[in-house]
Amino acid sequence: MLYPAIGTRGTFASVLPPKLAPPLTRLHLTTLGMPRVELASVRHILRAIATTVVPESSSLDDRAWKDFEELISQALSGRDARVQRQLVVFLRLLQTLPVLRYGRKLTALHASQRSAFLESVERSRLLLVRRGLWGVRTLIFMGYYTRVDVAESIGYRANRDGWAARGGTVATVPLAPTLWVEP
Amino acid sequence: MIEEREYDIVIVGSGAGGGTVAQELGVLARAGTRVLVVEQGPRLRDDEFTGREIDMANALYEDGGGFLTADGTMTLAFGRAYGGSTVVYTGTSLIAPERVIRRWHVPGLAHDDLERRSRKFMAQNNVHELTPELINDNNRLFVEGCRRSGWIARQFPLNLKGCRGSSLCNLGCPNAAKMGTHRVQLPNAESNGVDVVTRAEALEVGDHTVMVRVSARQQGEKGLPSEWLPGTYRIRAHLVVLAGGSIGTSALILRSPIARTIPHVGTGFTCHPAHILVAEHEHPITNDVGHPKSYYLDRAEDERFVLETCMYFPFITAKNMTGFGSSHSQFMRAFPRLQMILVLACDRATPKNRITVNAAGRPVVHYTFMPETIDGLVAGTRASTRIFFAAGAVRVHAPSADPPLIERRDAAQADALIDARHFLPGRISVSAAHLMGGCAMGQPHSAVTDSYGRVHGVPWLRIADASLFPDALEINPYLTIMALADRVAEAIRNDAGMLLGGRSALGNTASRPVSVHR
Repeated sequence: MLYPAIGTRGTFASVLPPKLAPPLTRLHLTTLGMPRVELASVRHILRAIATTVVPESSSLDDRAWKDFEELISQALSGRDARVQRQLVVFLRLLQTLPVLRYGRKLTALHASQRSAFLESVERSRLLLVRRGLWGVRTLIFMGYYTRVDVAESIGYRANRDGWAARGGTVATVPLAPTLWVEP
Repeated sequence: MIEEREYDIVIVGSGAGGGTVAQELGVLARAGTRVLVVEQGPRLRDDEFTGREIDMANALYEDGGGFLTADGTMTLAFGRAYGGSTVVYTGTSLIAPERVIRRWHVPGLAHDDLERRSRKFMAQNNVHELTPELINDNNRLFVEGCRRSGWIARQFPLNLKGCRGSSLCNLGCPNAAKMGTHRVQLPNAESNGVDVVTRAEALEVGDHTVMVRVSARQQGEKGLPSEWLPGTYRIRAHLVVLAGGSIGTSALILRSPIARTIPHVGTGFTCHPAHILVAEHEHPITNDVGHPKSYYLDRAEDERFVLETCMYFPFITAKNMTGFGSSHSQFMRAFPRLQMILVLACDRATPKNRITVNAAGRPVVHYTFMPETIDGLVAGTRASTRIFFAAGAVRVHAPSADPPLIERRDAAQADALIDARHFLPGRISVSAAHLMGGCAMGQPHSAVTDSYGRVHGVPWLRIADASLFPDALEINPYLTIMALADRVAEAIRNDAGMLLGGRSALGNTASRPVSVHR
């Protein structure tokens, strides 16, 4: 039993100083209607990072990008509003930081520079920065790899009918050749 | 407005612990004792188990499966549904190791007693080993890789009935083949007159009282509406049994005024931190068909790790590999040729690792990777890499190597490439689903309950879930949770006359058979 999934609650929980956080009450006694997170202002940054994290995503059409963003927005909508704001702040930080090294913003970098920059962020000495990128890449993987067409394109074929959908059990489905070859 | 309800016994949680207690108290319910189970998650219809990754994660897991530790470096997965985490586990049914129970040193808790109770539930849950024709290549390669590496993989006993090999266990079996409490113990309990109310979150526990908020089913949500109308309820009971899991139970007590009278709650959290390792073969293998977790290699005693076969879904696989970009994508596009192994480290209870609540009453899990835990993950990663290459893999993705991709030509150097210095929290993915501790059994001066889940100093409060574990179990925990819950239920039956204020005349019913309707 193991399902390590979206990982967004608290991903950016410490990026903002506490004074910017909303006053906390005993929220468990109330029901909060969380607003849908607004990604429009950082859409170009998110897409630039997405095409670096998953290069194949550059071939997504407008409709697919919309679905991608909707999925991320939905995943965030049930979370603490602070987390949603932290995502936006962190994306803007990623957009601006390359100016120090490359003299250009993230979205203006060549693909190889963008990749190198994000790899440096991934190895940052600051845990907050590393986990921030980890959260962003997780959201991007979620937005991309949970698409049915993408799952099919990479050869993922799990089916509720299991062995029957493959024509039978291992008695009829050939075993992997590697089982019988000495390495 | 707060609705008032009255029961004799309220059980909070319906997973391996709560579901078991509910079934085992069925004999009391049949005799007129009013027993209620409150479950935070929904009750899904069979046709709602679609196997779609994002839909099922949101429907069945707390925080969609994305609950993070306080510093954001580990994901904790636990179920939230009718049946709790038993809906989303793989059904692996192992009896607690004798050496672990001895090390726990809980007065009154004997291994043979746990084993006897575990075997009772193994029989009830149809636990058996899969026959060879149902073992897929992903598992066979693991067995063969272990053999060629000098180890003997052991087969998991599984609680399946009618498994079709969908491989979708962790998204809730779409074929109703996994014998979790949602399929066995809870239906038994309900047939004996136990009430179950879903979408009911326990907010606070007070003197003989549980405050519960029942939520409405939102448009588009999976699951049936709650059995009760939406609203807040104050449920009075002679006895309260907490079985919301390690995190849920600890947080419920900690956000309640009663926490002041129960020291040690939240301490001793362990979770078997895990890596998902992926290897690529030259040829397609059967991996996303068949039961995903059929074999394991137990090195807990000697090297503090356990390896288990596994097969995850595209997003989870992508997320758990370190890095990104073209090399990451290349691995993902090799999905039909991927073999996977789960490395579980055997961590130890330590004062640093504990559960607290924030100002909103939400659980916060503080977890620091101790050097011994990292060593266990690294040792397990090295062993897995050896197994992968021995089984014929052409390259292995090892999170604690830098770079993480190890080609077959470098297999001989794998042990040197995989090193604790590359274990960089926040960069590599670590996850856990065996959440244990927080309300440990033991002596009053150092623990929360006795060996029957009786909370020290609070006679009306019992605990019956993995929070009872005083330290890591070092195997998959659900069967041990059921065995402990069985003890809790037995103690309740024994004490029923005293606890229920004369409502039950059953007295000692431990020897009475509990009816089972399947």
